[in-house]
Amino acid sequence: MIELTEDTLDPEKVTAKVRRDTNGAVVTFLGTTRDNFEGKTVLTLEYEAFDEMAVKKLEEVRQELMAEFGLDQIAISHRIGTVGIGEISLIIAVGSPHRKEAFYACHAAVDRIKEVVPIWKKEVYQDGSRWVACEDHEFSPAEQYSSETHTH
Amino acid sequence: MELNVRLFALYRERAGRNIVSVAVPDGATVADLTDEVRRQFPNLAPPEVKIVVAVNTDYADSDVVLQPGDDVCLIPPVSGG
Repeated sequence: MIELTEDTLDPEKVTAKVRRDTNGAVVTFLGTTRDNFEGKTVLTLEYEAFDEMAVKKLEEVRQELMAEFGLDQIAISHRIGTVGIGEISLIIAVGSPHRKEAFYACHAAVDRIKEVVPIWKKEVYQDGSRWVACEDHEFSPAEQYSSETHTH
Repeated sequence: MELNVRLFALYRERAGRNIVSVAVPDGATVADLTDEVRRQFPNLAPPEVKIVVAVNTDYADSDVVLQPGDDVCLIPPVSGG
């Protein structure tokens, strides 16, 4: 149910993983790559992952949310490597007997993934590039990742 | 002890390599290790920025004591999604 891949992501395939006849709802989130940052044109994005830890943290997020919302089906796929503009970089699919839990769990999944999973994206411009979250104003001190704040 | 420390993304680019060998005394903590890394690579991150460390694929607080053979990685601010 966790996938880290350099291949193009297919929403149908990921959604199919969480479909069950006992479910009344599937919420699928697609993260797509944007073509601009503060007025600059982004040509392409490059994703890098610390693979072993990224897969482990994605699975932890998945397990936490399933426990929290009483769900059995969450699938997460994240693309790495070079990703063109307008392509899908992240898919989260949540299957649930009822829609409310599916929406909440999917929303929470995106937030947690962006907070704890060691994946980085670099925006490439005509005249340079930027590691997102790192280089804008350098990053704010100690705002992330104490092990306490990360044990949900 | 000598630890191989893996670098990713911004840190990898700033150091110009994806792995660095760092010598720290036995009983050294994560904070001791990041101090040593900063000494070797002063431009890795500004002094006021905390360098986040993962030990054996989990985030480790600065007082965690390192063991020989630990898998140590420096984690710049993440930006997946």
